[in-house]
Amino acid sequence: MDRMTKEAIRYLGYGNHAVDEQTLQLLLNSFQDLKGVAEPKSIYRIFQLEQMDDESFKIGEFEFQSHSLGRNLKGCDKIILFGATLGIGVDRLLRRVSLTDMAKAVVLQACAAAMLEEYCDKCQEELGKEMAQEGRYLRPRFSPGYGDFDIAYQKNLMGMLECSKKIGLTMTESYMMTPTKSVTAVIGASTRKEHCPIQGCEVCNKMDCEYRRGTR
Amino acid sequence: MSIKGLGKELLFLDGGMGTLLQAEGLKPGELPETWNLTHGDKIQKIHKSYFEAGSNIVLTNTFGANALKFHDTSYSLKEIVEAAVKHVKEAAKQAKSSGRNVYTALDVGPTGKLLKPMGDLSFESAYETFKEVMIYGEQAGADLIYIETMSDTYELKAAVLAAKENTNLPVFVTTIYDERGKLLTGADVPSVVALLEGLRVDALGINCGMGPQQMLPILEQLVEYTSIPIIVKPNAGLPKQKDGETYYDVDEQAFAEVMEEIVKKGACVIGGCCGTTPKHIQAMIEKCASLPVTPIVEKERTIVSSYGQAQELGIGSKIIGERINPTGKKRFKQALKEHDLDYILKEAIMQQDAGAHILDVNVGLPDIDEPKMMKEAIVELQSITSLPLQIDTVDAKAMEAAMRIYNGKPMVNSVSGKKESMDVVFPLIQKYGGVVVGLTLDEEGIPQTVEGRIKVAEKIIQEAAKYGIPKKDIVIDVLAMTVSSEPEGAKITLEALHKVRYELGVNTVLGVSNISFGLPSRPIINANFYTMAMLQGLSAGIINPASEDMMRAYYSYHVLMNLDTNCEQYIGRYGAAPITAASENKQSKIGTMSLQTAIERGLKEEAYMLTEQLVKEYKPLEIINSYLIPGLDAVGKGFEEGTVFLPQLLMSAEAAKASFSILKRELAQSGDTTKAKNKVVLATVKGDIHDIGKNIVKVLLENYSFEVIDLGKDVPPEIIVETVLEQQIHLVGLSALMTTTVVSMEETIKQLREKAPFCKVMVGGAVLNQEYADMIGADFYGKDAMQSVYYAQRIFGEE
Repeated sequence: MDRMTKEAIRYLGYGNHAVDEQTLQLLLNSFQDLKGVAEPKSIYRIFQLEQMDDESFKIGEFEFQSHSLGRNLKGCDKIILFGATLGIGVDRLLRRVSLTDMAKAVVLQACAAAMLEEYCDKCQEELGKEMAQEGRYLRPRFSPGYGDFDIAYQKNLMGMLECSKKIGLTMTESYMMTPTKSVTAVIGASTRKEHCPIQGCEVCNKMDCEYRRGTR
Repeated sequence: MSIKGLGKELLFLDGGMGTLLQAEGLKPGELPETWNLTHGDKIQKIHKSYFEAGSNIVLTNTFGANALKFHDTSYSLKEIVEAAVKHVKEAAKQAKSSGRNVYTALDVGPTGKLLKPMGDLSFESAYETFKEVMIYGEQAGADLIYIETMSDTYELKAAVLAAKENTNLPVFVTTIYDERGKLLTGADVPSVVALLEGLRVDALGINCGMGPQQMLPILEQLVEYTSIPIIVKPNAGLPKQKDGETYYDVDEQAFAEVMEEIVKKGACVIGGCCGTTPKHIQAMIEKCASLPVTPIVEKERTIVSSYGQAQELGIGSKIIGERINPTGKKRFKQALKEHDLDYILKEAIMQQDAGAHILDVNVGLPDIDEPKMMKEAIVELQSITSLPLQIDTVDAKAMEAAMRIYNGKPMVNSVSGKKESMDVVFPLIQKYGGVVVGLTLDEEGIPQTVEGRIKVAEKIIQEAAKYGIPKKDIVIDVLAMTVSSEPEGAKITLEALHKVRYELGVNTVLGVSNISFGLPSRPIINANFYTMAMLQGLSAGIINPASEDMMRAYYSYHVLMNLDTNCEQYIGRYGAAPITAASENKQSKIGTMSLQTAIERGLKEEAYMLTEQLVKEYKPLEIINSYLIPGLDAVGKGFEEGTVFLPQLLMSAEAAKASFSILKRELAQSGDTTKAKNKVVLATVKGDIHDIGKNIVKVLLENYSFEVIDLGKDVPPEIIVETVLEQQIHLVGLSALMTTTVVSMEETIKQLREKAPFCKVMVGGAVLNQEYADMIGADFYGKDAMQSVYYAQRIFGEE
């Protein structure tokens, strides 16, 4: 079983339990359906990163603070702003399936989330290769809403990336991304290769979360 | 105001602004439009350099100037727009433009928001946002409105309507395509052209996203479909990054050379977008100035469109699904009265899956607010299907409301030869665009002869021309009369159909099934008449795509008339094993399985078939108590113990639902009165657009015999309170996904406590936990969907 399918199963709350045959079939069908409607698009821009103190940073005119992100970005002199989306077709499919088959809708939703992560990983891998040429190493990507990195910064990220114009990624008044299967993130780049313990999921304080990586 | 020479000679636009501003010192994160006030001299300098390079039309620095982007800055939008227009006009005066015509174009870019129902900006708000800027622009002296870089047809429609209804300026529109020739929201070239020509813009085309070379295939499509002047405004190649800076690397000469090809292929308004400079524009003009303009050819294509696809009538025959119509359908009428939109949406999905190309939408019922219902139905339908819709109503208000809110160029059903009808319908087609169905009847009734019907058709076509509505936007319905009462009726219809299509040269449509009224085994007559009508030139049949007889007629006709290349469609549909064998297979599959097992294992089809068998021997209530409830309980328990997981829980729920659908039918037929169900209101709170959690809870509650009033997503607290009071609801379930929307959840609870203290509130959603739920004053926190079922049972004493 590939990693993407395994991740989708984790999102569905199976933990370490084996997935049943029927759900597996639904998963395979869902990935198939998604391939027909998903139009993954991404955008990135590389900026100089100015660090003011442990938790304050500056990119051009844009300043931001975050303690958890501060740990992630320590020692980085460049930062990549990143946005990605699977496109509006996925939302339409989800809506449509929700009307006729909720079991399928739930599985589809998990598969779309897994597909998006996989896509972001691929993009990041490419970026890593590009940055390696100038002798820089990437940190794990970090999104607004992780730890104490305020979700409100999403607006700045999306503005600087021109997400709506370039990849059709927009945001509601409540900072929800539309299309819903989308990501914005920052990725630090440093000349020193360091193992960074702060990944995405683990930074969260919700220790009893059933979806937390490596639980159950 | 008009633009001299548009379509007859080449007009030159300006080039990029952003890169030049960055060179002047604009920082990342800074709003370029504020520079109209803070760095006016620099803005003017850039405009001037474009006029000096030879541009006829220069765009104001107002791409992102709208209330949505400027609501939290210290500058007033009016000041920004006024200054921006002034800068272009001033630059035009200063530049030596050697006597050529020059124009100031008010530049209007997208709002940066996604429109409802997929996003949170309403169509009306988008309209108001554009309206504001456009009024300021015209007042300040702009000569035309240039709407650009649009990637969503719905937002585009709001912008064009705002320009048309609030200014007298010409409107130019360019959209941003990807390499496959589609907008980000899915529309292709034919659907964008159909929409914009319907809205009567002055010129249309492509900008941004790609370099000139990549735009060539899209330009070719534009030439094939449009009958108005074409604009091409490419980037200087595809964006690249170096040392953190975005740059474009197609130089002036290379740019100019491709632009020459672009003019030769049919563009007549050209310029540059991101990365292009006055040098690019100058080189382009030097290369192209002496080229002749390709004359524009009027296209005779009849096209209806939605946000995602176009359907062209006149190629083969198209299927218009007739099922969204309450006439003679008890269940549909009930759905309309109960405001059960899901029912309508499911009919749409069914018809699309069955093979429909266009869906007729009729929600007319004497005692409902039709304009309101029609609007809602259109918006909701367009969130689940990309098929173009046919707005079917006799209520002029409903027709206009639907045409306005519709995302695309709709089909409109209908106008007749009556003066009164034409006076009402044609102005709407003229304003919003659309393909209108013309019924061959007038003040004298339905003519009994072929000639009579042709005459009415001609009258409709002539009257439409007075409104500038071309023949291609009219589809004539010569009307199918009931053959049992009018023996010559079918012959007259078929002959008239042929003449309209091949002598008048107009596309045709027909409500097919009326022909067999009063006869036994109607599908036999319908299917044969359908084939005959297609042979006589039926461009689109309004039929029931779920009728296998009709679909067989449809697919065979297209094979026999060589309209189905390699018989692909036919083989795709009928190439698999015969249908009868498949149903036998299923019969053997259920074997000795019990209904309870089918429910527990989540086998939908099996549950359905087993229930069909059981109802022959047992009463519905016995089946519910001995099979359904035990099955659901077992699965629910397994879910709680962690041996059954969410997808399985829901598969069981879907299986139970299939079974219930039969039992409900049986209960209704036997007149067995069941006790009134307990009602629960469900809603995803205001500002929140994720409703999957709420939908899960809904399915489960319904299976446990609760009546769910689903208010949808992004629901304001007031609506929830109103519903609770109106229907005396004792339990509300609220869902929220993020910390940013839990605020609305808290507000909703507060308002419910004040106005409906008798009502309990349960909450759920990704970000919630017991502590959080207590903090916002909820009565119950459901950590998963089953918990909300148990709580509802407790509240209503059903344990």
